[in-house]
Amino acid sequence: MTNINADHVLDAKGLACPMPIVKTRKEIDNVEPGKVLLIEATDQGSKADLKAWAERSGHQYLGTVEEGDVLKHYVRKASEGESGEETSYDQKVNNDDLKQKLDSGDVTVLDVRESAEYAFGHIPNAISIPFGELEDRASELKQDDEIYVVCRTGNRSDMAAQLLREKGFNKVYNVVPGMSEWDGDVESK
Amino acid sequence: MSVKTMNVQEIAKRVVNKEDLFVLDVRNEDAFEDWKMEGDNFEYLNVPYFDLIEGIEPIQDKVPTDRDVAVVCAKGGSSEFVAEQLVEAGFDNVYSVEGGMKAWSEHLEPIKIADLKEGGELYQFVRLGKGCLSYMVISDGEAATIDAVRMADVFINFAEEKGAKITHAFDTHLHADHISGGREIAEKTGATYWLPPKDATEVQFDYKPLEDGEDVQIGSSKISVQALYSPGHTIGSTSFIVDDQYLMSGDILFVDSIGRPDLAGLAEDWVGDLRETLYKRYKDLSDELVVLPAHYMTNDEINEDGSVGKKLGELYQENHGLNVEDEQEFRRMVTENLPPQPNAYQEIRETNMGKISPETEKKREMEIGPNRCAVK
Repeated sequence: MTNINADHVLDAKGLACPMPIVKTRKEIDNVEPGKVLLIEATDQGSKADLKAWAERSGHQYLGTVEEGDVLKHYVRKASEGESGEETSYDQKVNNDDLKQKLDSGDVTVLDVRESAEYAFGHIPNAISIPFGELEDRASELKQDDEIYVVCRTGNRSDMAAQLLREKGFNKVYNVVPGMSEWDGDVESK
Repeated sequence: MSVKTMNVQEIAKRVVNKEDLFVLDVRNEDAFEDWKMEGDNFEYLNVPYFDLIEGIEPIQDKVPTDRDVAVVCAKGGSSEFVAEQLVEAGFDNVYSVEGGMKAWSEHLEPIKIADLKEGGELYQFVRLGKGCLSYMVISDGEAATIDAVRMADVFINFAEEKGAKITHAFDTHLHADHISGGREIAEKTGATYWLPPKDATEVQFDYKPLEDGEDVQIGSSKISVQALYSPGHTIGSTSFIVDDQYLMSGDILFVDSIGRPDLAGLAEDWVGDLRETLYKRYKDLSDELVVLPAHYMTNDEINEDGSVGKKLGELYQENHGLNVEDEQEFRRMVTENLPPQPNAYQEIRETNMGKISPETEKKREMEIGPNRCAVK
């Protein structure tokens, strides 16, 4: 797993507990909601602690990659309203519907989460275009395809589906809730 | 503002004397649940340090002001961070535990068990943080260790202080729950490292095979360490009878439980040996022998002087594991519903065989958590 994109990097190498978490706590204030912070640390205990800290402070712990002595932790800052069910796009399917579709043949799955989220686990063959880049990259998709849009909870994918409709895509479905409760196949890269 | 510290010796003293202490453990909840500083009169509060980054308000009302509070974390950094905030908030009864659970796990409390008949001494090293027990026999300027744990220098220095040189390092068996210090002691002092050959078929270094009936003299006096083949926890497990009075039972028999036969994946094969050892071989020994095991499980097993051990005759009356008449029931007891296996036990076994050689920091991490070598 190489080159996972992060929006911010915090160097906490060489620092002993509690400093990696104390610094992360400060740094997260400088990160935009929904964006990804990479914390580089050498303290082995930082992994369990960072995961627990993220969970209770509402941020999303994505995963850790070990490179030699360095632990690279990826955390996505909490984003308001993301957990809500406030989806307004009308063409919706649930996770099970998508699983059946995947079993029955070729479908396009568009994953609009941040690339770091995608890197730590996604539906096999899903196309990764983070929501923030979709405006510019929609042309990479084919208008005739049935496109199933996923994110973590169904919220970003709702906005993505609306955006695609505005651009003339008609066979677009929002998958609710999405990856947070996905129990089908997953691959990571 | 400076924070007062408490060292692990002080904590050990409070455990042994059953004194009270309020422990504020600031590691995360999983770590605390798995393993903590155990004291009969300790009271606990577990709030991870990362919940206290913004301030100590969440615990301000829960920390007592009328007795000592020991703040502990994994290595001592986070406990200092939290203790500092408590001191700033006006608490003057708060101490940060120096070195944290790491230091606690490595602390050895030497306790004199006895003067031996011909002028030697017998010591037990109690590893309170992990429940491991090691032994040293000293006689006439010579010393022998039995089941010495990883902190080899503690044994080497202790012998030196007593004016003795370690000449023999014995292990009752290939350990699975902690890293043996026997080999390192042998390398550093030139002592002979003894292992039961049946446990050592895969070891990658030189050792002297310990056979049933072997009798090793320590010093010029008549202190003898006599080997007694007693399989069951492992196929090679060997006990020692020291000075005709003390039975080092390794992980075969504990004060309040018995050894588990499954840590090498061969429970079904070894359960018969375990039964044979506990119900026949040991039964033929004198009731007056004091059983000195390689582990204890709870503080209830600690005697008033801080040592762990009890006469074999008493164990045959009190220890449930020695009183299961029905062989099938015994078999079920030691092969089903076993406690979880010790942390990293496969890696620990491989380290003790010399197959892998992890760094010290990694070894510490492998040993984290309670030992789980017993069935009750």
